[in-house]
Amino acid sequence: MIQRTPFANALTYGVMIFGFLLLIGPFVVIVSGASQTFQQVNSIPFSFLPQDRLLENMSAAWTRASLGTAMLNSFVMASLVTVGKVALSALTAFAIVFFRTPLKGFFFWMVFITLMLPLEVRVVPTYAVAADLFQPVRLLISAVTGFEVSVDWNLLNSYAGLTLPLIATATGTFLYRQFYLTLPDELAEAARMDGSGPIRFFIDMLLPLSRTNMLALTTIMFVYGWNQYLWPLLMVTDPQYKTTMMSLVALLPSDNGTPDWNVTLAGSLIIMLPPLVVVAVLQRWFVRGLVATEK
Amino acid sequence: MADIAIRAVRKSYGKTPTLHGIDLAFASGEFVVILGPSGCGKSTLLRMIAGLEEITAGEIAINGRVVNRLEPRERGCAMVFQNYALYPHMTVAGNIGYALKVAGVPKAERLRRIEETARIVGLVDYLDRKPAALSGGQRQRVAMARAIIREPSVFLFDEPLSNLDAKLRVTMRAEIRKLHQRLSATSIFVTHDQVEAMTLADKLVVMNKGVVEQVGQPLDIYHRPASIFVASFIGSPAMNLFDAHISVDDACLAFGGTKVAIDKALAARLGERHVTVGIRPEQCVVTSEARGISMKVDFVEELGSGRVVHSELDGHPFAACVDEETLVRPGDRIALELPLAHLHVFDRETGRRIELEFEPRSGRSATKRQMLEAV
Ligand SMILES: Nc1ncnc2c1ncn2[C@@H]1O[C@H](COP(=O)(O)OP(=O)(O)OP(=O)(O)O)[C@@H](O)[C@H]1O
Ligand SMILES: [Mg+2]
Repeated sequence: MIQRTPFANALTYGVMIFGFLLLIGPFVVIVSGASQTFQQVNSIPFSFLPQDRLLENMSAAWTRASLGTAMLNSFVMASLVTVGKVALSALTAFAIVFFRTPLKGFFFWMVFITLMLPLEVRVVPTYAVAADLFQPVRLLISAVTGFEVSVDWNLLNSYAGLTLPLIATATGTFLYRQFYLTLPDELAEAARMDGSGPIRFFIDMLLPLSRTNMLALTTIMFVYGWNQYLWPLLMVTDPQYKTTMMSLVALLPSDNGTPDWNVTLAGSLIIMLPPLVVVAVLQRWFVRGLVATEK
Repeated sequence: MADIAIRAVRKSYGKTPTLHGIDLAFASGEFVVILGPSGCGKSTLLRMIAGLEEITAGEIAINGRVVNRLEPRERGCAMVFQNYALYPHMTVAGNIGYALKVAGVPKAERLRRIEETARIVGLVDYLDRKPAALSGGQRQRVAMARAIIREPSVFLFDEPLSNLDAKLRVTMRAEIRKLHQRLSATSIFVTHDQVEAMTLADKLVVMNKGVVEQVGQPLDIYHRPASIFVASFIGSPAMNLFDAHISVDDACLAFGGTKVAIDKALAARLGERHVTVGIRPEQCVVTSEARGISMKVDFVEELGSGRVVHSELDGHPFAACVDEETLVRPGDRIALELPLAHLHVFDRETGRRIELEFEPRSGRSATKRQMLEAV
């Protein structure tokens, strides 16, 4: 324990306040800017006081960037990524931890390696696969028979294309693996003696026990899915599938247009809200799931 | 009710052999205790009977049916684990009734049987609690109730009492014994506590390093340990063991500068050789200098009802129990008589017991009770 002196206390508070301002500063700018008029937001010096034009600006932003569809798309995408990821992680970790198979080590390392390959690193090959799913089969057929089969099957402009590549990563699997490893072996054995098979054990024991873990992962994955930019940009050409991060561009004032930053800021505030709500609601579980396992 | 046969069972983890061929047979309704030091493979054997561990070689049959390939739930065994392994997110009732739920027993009947089982172990008032809100003894009862409710034909206990304090352990021991009488299922109880083993067992199995050293009734094993290991493992304080020489010409057992006369025919049968001799501390008799072996007292343990005197014989530590009246202090000399009837003789190489008597169990007869003479 570090000794408490007035100087150390002051220093601690100084560092904390500095960090807090650093984090909260941009957010204050957004909230105050989004509630100001066109003149106020462009006045120099910038006023950090919130005004009363928030709702007007928000509605202007909503129509300009057609945020309705974008929000819906982002919501669907983030939810699918979350659900898919949680389900996949819980199940893969289940297989890795609780089953003894000869190839266990191999599969574990295959999953582990994907940790080092986030989507941004493998974006080009992933896109190639998503854009032409039938390619491997076609290559096989032409190699064997010499026929060129033309089948157009891709994931561009679809929710599947938006979400699947984001689901297939190992982070969540590790969170679950760590949790499963904290459970005593006897728990699974007791359940086995009581006649429960693996699926029953998963549903009756692991799911309820991993509740905090699941909510923590849900929080992380929702924000992660919501904030995706690069991948939707590649996958989506149809405005119908646009996500919020893509519509941020439409909110920026054009080079020679009116610099109505108040509308831009109001738009980004709308876009920030859903993850904020999710974090606010789930944060209690989020912290618990990452810090400690329920006894 | 089920009998259990274990035939030439071996177990290896990878290349490391853990059990080296176990042959055992337990009768229906017997209370069997498996006793052995830590790491000797007791749990492994129990878990193979339960079906939690694969059987490397040999076979296990329950009620005449070979169960090697059967899932635990098909074997009719219930198990109580050392750390109880309760389901932490379920209430006591949920824990007790889980097996029935899995088996698809209708809710009304399930509740009735949970209540009934909880009454047997005295948990009726705690049915709505989570395991975290129970004391160690109560958790232990939940674990037992969880086993009882399945009405198993075989009960398996893996050191179920080792996490309890000494007093509770004695209480639970009595309860387990009572429960066994009431349910009369075959019970196999693993422990490394010899008092637990002696008090509970109908049949005691002593294991060491993956082999069975001796099987029998607790008192038989106590009185006629089959090997040096069993002799030193059973009994507290532990049996004194020291080197001795059998002389055919003198017809005697020589050790510690003394000679104990033995039957001439017996000496001839055993032959001239070095052996290990043992005697239990409680069977040494305090006597006069003239009749006994004189030893210097190193230290004295007070037990209240008596005391244990520690000294040395031929460089081997030697303990003797004396009664309250015998006052000795460290540094005193004490003369002990080691009655031949209570001497155990073991082969030095194999560690196996050598019978001194021609027909077992007649050792107390007066003719054989030859006293030790100081030379
Ligand atoms: N999963 C395993 N993999 C490898 N070796 C194991 C495994 N389980 C047990 N062993 C080894 O097998 C031997 C017997 O273990 P076991 O658990 O049966 O001992 P035990 O007699 O129950 O001991 P204790 O009284 O300490 O519980 C030990 O040497 C142990 O190291
Ligand atoms: Mg054990």
